[in-house]
Amino acid sequence: MTVDLTLVALTAVLYVAGFYLLLDRSLTRLLLGVVLLGNATNLLLLSAGGPGGFAPVIGIAPLAQMSDPLVQAMILTAIVITLGLVAFVLALIHRNFELGQEEPEPGVTVEELDEVVDDEDDVRIALLAGQADTDDDDERDEPDDFDLLDHGGPAAPPAERAP
Amino acid sequence: MIRVLAPLPVLLPLLAAGLTLVLGRFPRLQRTVAVAVLGAVLGISVVLLVNANASALGAEATTVGGWPAELGISLVVDRLSAVMLVVGTTVTFGVLLYAIGQGSADAREGDPPPVSIFYPTYLVLTAGVCNAFLAADLFNLFVGFEVLLAASYVLLTLGGTGPRIRAGVTYVVMSLLSSTIFLIGIGFTYAATGTLNLAQLAERIGALPEATQTLLQVALLVAFGIKAAVFPLSAWLPDSYPTAPTPITAVFAGLLTKVGVYAIIRVQTLLFPSGALDGLLLWTALATMLVGILGAIAQTDLKRMLSFTLVSHIGYMVFGIGLATTAGFAGAIFYVAHHILIQTTLFLAAGLVEFGAGSTLISRLGGLARVAPVIAVLFFVPAMNLAGIPPLSGFIGKLGLLEAGAQVGSPLAWALVGGSVLTSLLTLYAVAKVWNRAFWHPVENDDAPESEPGPMRSQVRLMVGATAGFTVVTLGLTVFAGPLYGLADRAAQDLLARRPYVDAVLHQPAPAGPVAAPVGGAP
Repeated sequence: MTVDLTLVALTAVLYVAGFYLLLDRSLTRLLLGVVLLGNATNLLLLSAGGPGGFAPVIGIAPLAQMSDPLVQAMILTAIVITLGLVAFVLALIHRNFELGQEEPEPGVTVEELDEVVDDEDDVRIALLAGQADTDDDDERDEPDDFDLLDHGGPAAPPAERAP
Repeated sequence: MIRVLAPLPVLLPLLAAGLTLVLGRFPRLQRTVAVAVLGAVLGISVVLLVNANASALGAEATTVGGWPAELGISLVVDRLSAVMLVVGTTVTFGVLLYAIGQGSADAREGDPPPVSIFYPTYLVLTAGVCNAFLAADLFNLFVGFEVLLAASYVLLTLGGTGPRIRAGVTYVVMSLLSSTIFLIGIGFTYAATGTLNLAQLAERIGALPEATQTLLQVALLVAFGIKAAVFPLSAWLPDSYPTAPTPITAVFAGLLTKVGVYAIIRVQTLLFPSGALDGLLLWTALATMLVGILGAIAQTDLKRMLSFTLVSHIGYMVFGIGLATTAGFAGAIFYVAHHILIQTTLFLAAGLVEFGAGSTLISRLGGLARVAPVIAVLFFVPAMNLAGIPPLSGFIGKLGLLEAGAQVGSPLAWALVGGSVLTSLLTLYAVAKVWNRAFWHPVENDDAPESEPGPMRSQVRLMVGATAGFTVVTLGLTVFAGPLYGLADRAAQDLLARRPYVDAVLHQPAPAGPVAAPVGGAP
């Protein structure tokens, strides 16, 4: 199968740039990464169909000189899917930004509103693991450990025996 | 009959989705349409299963629009896809009832009424899942995945609160990445073979150079591995699933990862029977089991704990697939069916706990066995089933896998057998910890409401009823384990034989009714 070298090189460049952007904490860049990856994959599908040729309409050209219509159909589907999902991710990013603006936390810049946030439970468990290292003579789940970390809740009274 | 019935599980929910969207202002009508359609799809799936099981090949195919199989879009119902279809539609139907109960119960609390987008999206999700199970070519499988994923993005971020948006970003980006990798795999496959029809691929892929085959296999396995949450591609799951509303988490946890497992089973048996990566699969299975369950033990939140056990138990299915014997696949298929139902039930029970106690933080729970004995039973039975206590279906599935591992008898297989037993015990430890703390331990803080106010009862009854229904179904899996395991075994034999599937697609018997000739004089 013959493949257009320019197409392959372009695909590679798009993939590299796309994956690089995907690793960024900024959501907008992440979205751009997704767009580039989508386009790169469309080009890859195009080269999977072999060399280009005449439009695949019976009677215009001999069968052997037509381009493969199937890959183009697939690309069309992929473009539509990418378009819809990019719109959705944009909405997500906007909502994320909006939520950050509604409840501004001190010391957070506008750029940081656009960033991926760490998962709260992951942070809590990591903190717990740190605590367990410092006092490892007590391995049981002490309820006080959790309550200290819950936001603002008063520490629970010591366990009362049920009558 | 299959020509009429096979497209319906995809078609009906899609049409109903459009209808419910139009009926956005009439929640009661929306509800009726959704329940009626999903009930009908469940019925159709059962008929398809009975039909496929009774047919000579054990598989039946139809090509949409009457085109020849090489050109048209084929749908195949073999024993595996029919079983998945039945289990999958059971879950979507049951969870819909639970969601209706919860929706009306939540509305009573003074929250805004449930968004009218829920029913249409949920129906689209069902259509996507059914399409993925029925698809007979890679691109249609991709479309099925995209449909269900797009619906799942909307469901996961329903309401647009902070935690859900955060979880949604992780989930959407990971899913987009896996879809991109899947599409890359599709591009490579098409470039190498010139077709995407699974049956044709089964005939052509064997002729490719070994390196090319391995490349295609790796691309597809990575894509499906992310969707199925196989370690080390599983990190996204526990961060994203638990924040969604309970019924949605239940469907996602039960069903969506298993669509990935189904795809792995399909390509491993049909396209790559050489078993080049079986060793790798076994290692990842071991890692998935152990890392998942150790993560579960560390959790302080019930839903997150369940999400980690979900990851862990995906390892059992990959174990069966990696063995690549009839017994292994039979065990994996039975385990998939069992686990879809059990994981859904557990998440629904966790939702009841959340509803009754106002939290899923394990430290906040206590004394539930006294306050809500029904919820306690509904949590206890599936939890023990998950851990694999005899004689429940979890035990039967695990026993089948252990036997399959022992039959293979290689050191790695024995390591997996040991890992499975250890994971099973650790699962018991994880759920027992929750049980002791949330159900047996005396209540510690009084700010959690101990019982719901009176008027909520009727809605809660629907939630409890749906959960109880699932518990009964899982117990049914135990009671009818003999015939069901026999079915899984025949499905596994079909998979390894490969011919039934290929014959059903490419050598279809001539359709009974007259078919309109394609328009135009194509030579």
